[in-house]
Amino acid sequence: MFHYRKVIAAATLTTALVATPFTAYAADAGTILLGSAISLTGKYATAGHHAKTGYDFAIAKINAAGGVKIGDKSYKFEVKYYDDESTPARGGQLAERLINQDGVQYMLGPYSSGLTKAIAPVTEKYQIPMVEAEGASRSLFNKGYKYLFAVLSTSEQYLASAVALAARVAKENGKAPGDVKVALAFENDPFSLDVRAGVMDDIKKHGLTVVIDDKLPRNLTDMTPTMTKIKAKKPDLLVVSGHSKGAGTATRQIAEMKLSIPMVAMTHCESADLVGKYGATADGYLCATQWAETLTYKDPMFGTAAEFNAEIKKTVPAYATKSVPYQLAQASAAVYVFKDAFERAGSLDKEKLRDALAATDLATFYGQVKFSEAGNNIAKPMVLRQIQDGKYNVVAPVDYASHELQWPRK
Amino acid sequence: MLDNIQILIEAPLFTVDMIVNGLLIGAVFALIAYGLALVWGVMNVKNLAQGDFVILGAYVAWTLFNWGIHPFFGIPVAFGVLWILGWCIYKLVIYRVIEHDLFTSLLATFGVAIVLQQSMNLIFGSDEQTVSLGMESISLFDNAVTIQPTRLVAFFCAIALAIAVIMFMKRSRMGQAIRATSQNARAARVMGIDTEKVYAFTYSLNAAICGAAGALVAVIWEFQPFIGLIFSIRSFVIVTAAGLGNLPGVIAAGLGMGVLEQTGAFIIGTQFQQAIVVGMLVIVLLIKLLIASRKRQVIDI
Repeated sequence: MFHYRKVIAAATLTTALVATPFTAYAADAGTILLGSAISLTGKYATAGHHAKTGYDFAIAKINAAGGVKIGDKSYKFEVKYYDDESTPARGGQLAERLINQDGVQYMLGPYSSGLTKAIAPVTEKYQIPMVEAEGASRSLFNKGYKYLFAVLSTSEQYLASAVALAARVAKENGKAPGDVKVALAFENDPFSLDVRAGVMDDIKKHGLTVVIDDKLPRNLTDMTPTMTKIKAKKPDLLVVSGHSKGAGTATRQIAEMKLSIPMVAMTHCESADLVGKYGATADGYLCATQWAETLTYKDPMFGTAAEFNAEIKKTVPAYATKSVPYQLAQASAAVYVFKDAFERAGSLDKEKLRDALAATDLATFYGQVKFSEAGNNIAKPMVLRQIQDGKYNVVAPVDYASHELQWPRK
Repeated sequence: MLDNIQILIEAPLFTVDMIVNGLLIGAVFALIAYGLALVWGVMNVKNLAQGDFVILGAYVAWTLFNWGIHPFFGIPVAFGVLWILGWCIYKLVIYRVIEHDLFTSLLATFGVAIVLQQSMNLIFGSDEQTVSLGMESISLFDNAVTIQPTRLVAFFCAIALAIAVIMFMKRSRMGQAIRATSQNARAARVMGIDTEKVYAFTYSLNAAICGAAGALVAVIWEFQPFIGLIFSIRSFVIVTAAGLGNLPGVIAAGLGMGVLEQTGAFIIGTQFQQAIVVGMLVIVLLIKLLIASRKRQVIDI
């Protein structure tokens, strides 16, 4: 099933490129070889495919538009992929292999914080610049890495805005923030615990009251005990983060146990396909997202966020009927950041490239990209979307909101 | 923790809620464990691929559901599909290791488990899937006790299936042959029982039971290719606790496991749900050890 889809996707992508008018006005000087260990099998296979599609799409698009111009020469991007089987140890080995055997000098990131954590020490050792798009854990950015750059927002920002939103709603309804009862259910893994740390900071800041603080096991199948506590304590806000299985299980069991919670916020709504699987029962949920196609970001290469979205849907049939995940968009943005840095560095030298990457301040269809000293992107906010009648509409932060928050959820 | 006990003291109905829910899912655990007890007892093969058979059964029901077929029809289909698969695996792998020592069969079934997981991952993808029937839950006592109809149906299906298997073992010729082989394979062979056939049948039957249980798992929970392990662990704990050939024991232990998981997770935290299961195994083994040592002393005197 998967391979079939992949073949079709690749075929259509190629056809689309051949059909695109070719306007190279600089001498074709060769290729820039990027390398990436990415999860094509194993538990991250689906997300890994999203990321790979994003990389491939951006590379095809950039090459078709004349490639990377360094001085008066023009280079084409090419990628060497290996399948890391979703296991960190394998990821580390493959990074060594890419660098030592395949001569890769510039790396694109793998999928997930765990894999990025395994590969970053290797790229750091060989002083290979890596732009990654899929590792959000803040533990990646306190190790003093010099060659690691991430285009996405770090994980503690994922759901923090939901807390602020709950506090605001309470004030509007004449309630003190201290009366807002919060239930927390977070998986016991580095990513979700990062999300939790951000949420806890904001709970302290706004003075809300935590009534339930549950941790979920990694092999989660059942959240009934947490749901029973919710029945007893009747919280005003439920925050869940446990990858797509957490989002799916919570949504299913909230409906099954007939719980009415005025505000529910979670991560991974899109990858869990809440709307497709649970329909109306997921209505009113708040979902954290790195990127949404309705945002007003744009750049000269991919156009606006909406245009990027439309083009993916047109060229990759696998996304024709489902929404384009942010994992794909940020992978494309990572390639674009590389192109920009190469052109500003004016050289293939990896030290010059590193310095150019560190100085990046680039508007993209995915949002502004500007790296902190530690390498994480500090220019782009996380946004919250609410599922309203089966559609994801941006409701927070206020500057980006396209729709009003529906509160309480039905 | 004290806080959670407080809730139960103030509102005892929540305890009822958890016990009912625990019993309902416990029946599914018992069914899976019964299959393991069969294979373990008759063939002395500890089947580490138990949970992966379950998940494969879940995918069979899910595939049928996507074709517009009601998942409860998926139960017999999953039973049949897994029967055939079990027979193939027996002929390909188990047949070659059955006469060897414990570790060979453990390694072989571990290998089967990995192959099954990765095949499911390739065929169905790594996304979580579920069969959502959208049936309205039954609320009792102002929603203090909520019963999900899918769990209720799964409970009765599991019980019916268990009874059918027990009747089969007691009444049919093949059932008698299986029981004879489990008591003494060599003597059974001498009596003219084709033990080879009995082994193939037993292994297929176990896979089929797991498949049917998997179809029930599909309507109760979310599943993905790598979640099988926790069902394997649960069935190992149940069989170890109940002992081989002790069918009422397996059912009681399965139901008890469901209740313990629910209430234990409520009181000490959901993240300990699987730790509770494994902790139970340690306690059971300790108690068994104590009983055994006491028995030894009696004989010494």
